Amino acid sequence: MAEVTFKIYRYKPGAIDPPRYDTFKLDVEAHETVLDILERLRLDDPTLTYRHSCHHGSCGTCGMMVNGKEVLACVTRVLDLGTETVVVEPLRHLPLVSDLVVDMTPFFEKYEPIGMPYLRESEYLPEGQPPPEVGTYMRFESCLECGLCLSACPVVGTDPAYLGPAALAAAARVVQEPRGQDVARVLQMVDTEQGCWRCHSAMECSEVCPNDVDPGGMIMYLRRELLTGKTLSGGKR
Amino acid sequence: MKKPHVVVIGGGATGAALAHDLTLRGLRVTVVERGEVTSGTTGRHHGLLHSGARYAVKDQESAKECIEENMILRKIAPGSFELNNGLFVAITDEDMAYRPAFLEGLETCGIPYKEITPQEALAREPNLNPAVKAAVEVPDGTMDAMRLPLRFLATAQQHGAVVLTYTEVEEILMQGKAVVGVRVRDHVTEKTYNIGADLVVNAGGAWSGKIAALAGVHVPLQPSPGVLVAVYGRWNNMVLNRMHRSGDGDIIVPQRTLSVIGTSSWVVEDPDKLEMKKEHIQLMYDYGAQLVPAIRNAKLRAAWAAARPLIGSEGGAQTGRELSRTFKCFDHAERDGVEGFVTIAGGKATTARGMAEVTANVVVQKLGLDAPCRTREVVLLPHTAYYRRRM
Repeated sequence: MAEVTFKIYRYKPGAIDPPRYDTFKLDVEAHETVLDILERLRLDDPTLTYRHSCHHGSCGTCGMMVNGKEVLACVTRVLDLGTETVVVEPLRHLPLVSDLVVDMTPFFEKYEPIGMPYLRESEYLPEGQPPPEVGTYMRFESCLECGLCLSACPVVGTDPAYLGPAALAAAARVVQEPRGQDVARVLQMVDTEQGCWRCHSAMECSEVCPNDVDPGGMIMYLRRELLTGKTLSGGKR
Repeated sequence: MKKPHVVVIGGGATGAALAHDLTLRGLRVTVVERGEVTSGTTGRHHGLLHSGARYAVKDQESAKECIEENMILRKIAPGSFELNNGLFVAITDEDMAYRPAFLEGLETCGIPYKEITPQEALAREPNLNPAVKAAVEVPDGTMDAMRLPLRFLATAQQHGAVVLTYTEVEEILMQGKAVVGVRVRDHVTEKTYNIGADLVVNAGGAWSGKIAALAGVHVPLQPSPGVLVAVYGRWNNMVLNRMHRSGDGDIIVPQRTLSVIGTSSWVVEDPDKLEMKKEHIQLMYDYGAQLVPAIRNAKLRAAWAAARPLIGSEGGAQTGRELSRTFKCFDHAERDGVEGFVTIAGGKATTARGMAEVTANVVVQKLGLDAPCRTREVVLLPHTAYYRRRM
């Protein structure tokens, strides 16, 4: 147990405008996460808005800036941060709705058209033999659609037309494992000035990704695929 | 004639499925949710697409609902489930003693199953406790707790439903003994306003008792939280369940890149005050390790509590385990003499579509419409469509 000061970003269009920070001093237990703290604060102030759903880093809704870094609040334990003051702010590069809530629409406008199937083959326990009626063990794709990579990307911040790390990583997954999708179409979508060639290799996206998607590495993978041209000419993957 | 307008309180699995059902029947629907959608119980559930096997002995009504809905969801939400099936495994002699009743229950409830040898079970799941004595395969699956409801909401929006998040009901508006709308607070603009309705449905899940109280009526709801623990890594690909009477920490659901162990069970009065029991985290590890010994050393990703919305016996439940997982639709005109107000309570994420069907049947009958349910056939839009820009 330790006392921690929280500075929470508050903004409501026309109501808390310009934005301000609300400050709270709270006793925090070792297991408590930033999301747990927000839940505690909301009991006293129901106007505090933030996105959350699964509370275990699987839905990707609670992305926010904590001490200036993109994290999922639900898997960020407060005392692990090791700071006496914890600053909580909304993600960058997405339209602000209210307090810690950002509008994910621009994220999905880039991400959805890639058409990445939501299921992939499970690479876990390759020695396990699936039941005959299952065929192949499947799992959900790793990307949580949380937007941390967009927030961290310096190019997204300056060029709204850039496809961005999440959509590009999704495209790379289609190329790796097409699952009935048109690989040539996807490669065409990313082989543009605003596609995989726009990346400056800052690799901030891979740094902040909470589920090891490694968008930066996936962008480099796309470039290699395009440069060697084997996917386009082969076309039978 | 102007389409009747229904306000649905609660943007969880039930409210989402209900919005979808009602829009397909031609009604105007507004969903009001005080936070983000699925931020109450729905998003925090285990992620288990139930076959019903867990309830096949002690709660057969719920078991039958689960298997029926499981099969429907596979058709209407393709691509939304890890369909790796599940295993119920007996580890101890006590588990073996439960086996005959378990198999009989599966038969009675119409749950497809296949008994496999312990050797086969270990071939399917190499990390399974090698002490396994018996194993039964059932059509359990894994779902994404948030994204399935998003598909219901996306499809409802396509058919005209309006989803208002960060919009909290402050008051249920009455004219005499009839509900005529809701007064809501918009937590984004800090404005308060009225929404008129021909009928209001309370789909508040664990909060539906609190919402019913706003209309001066009582529903016998018992919020029953449980602790869940997610660890890094998929230690199994099939859903693993203990073959015994439902208890603590006896299910491991692999999901995406994690494994989720759950749950425990107790009862609370106020679902906003869950008081996460941190000693239950170790309990989940201990029980989980009985199924998959390697779980003991798996790294913790998160531990959390979620409140089940169980229908309570008026006698007062002790742990929540004794309460059925079935659901009930309350027409408050019949029950309390309050017109224009319906509560749907209980149930599970797996049965949300069925809960919506039963509720929508009551809604259209009350509004004097003849509009059959279509949600058994209509394939849902992808979850990403929920975020599409609207006019």
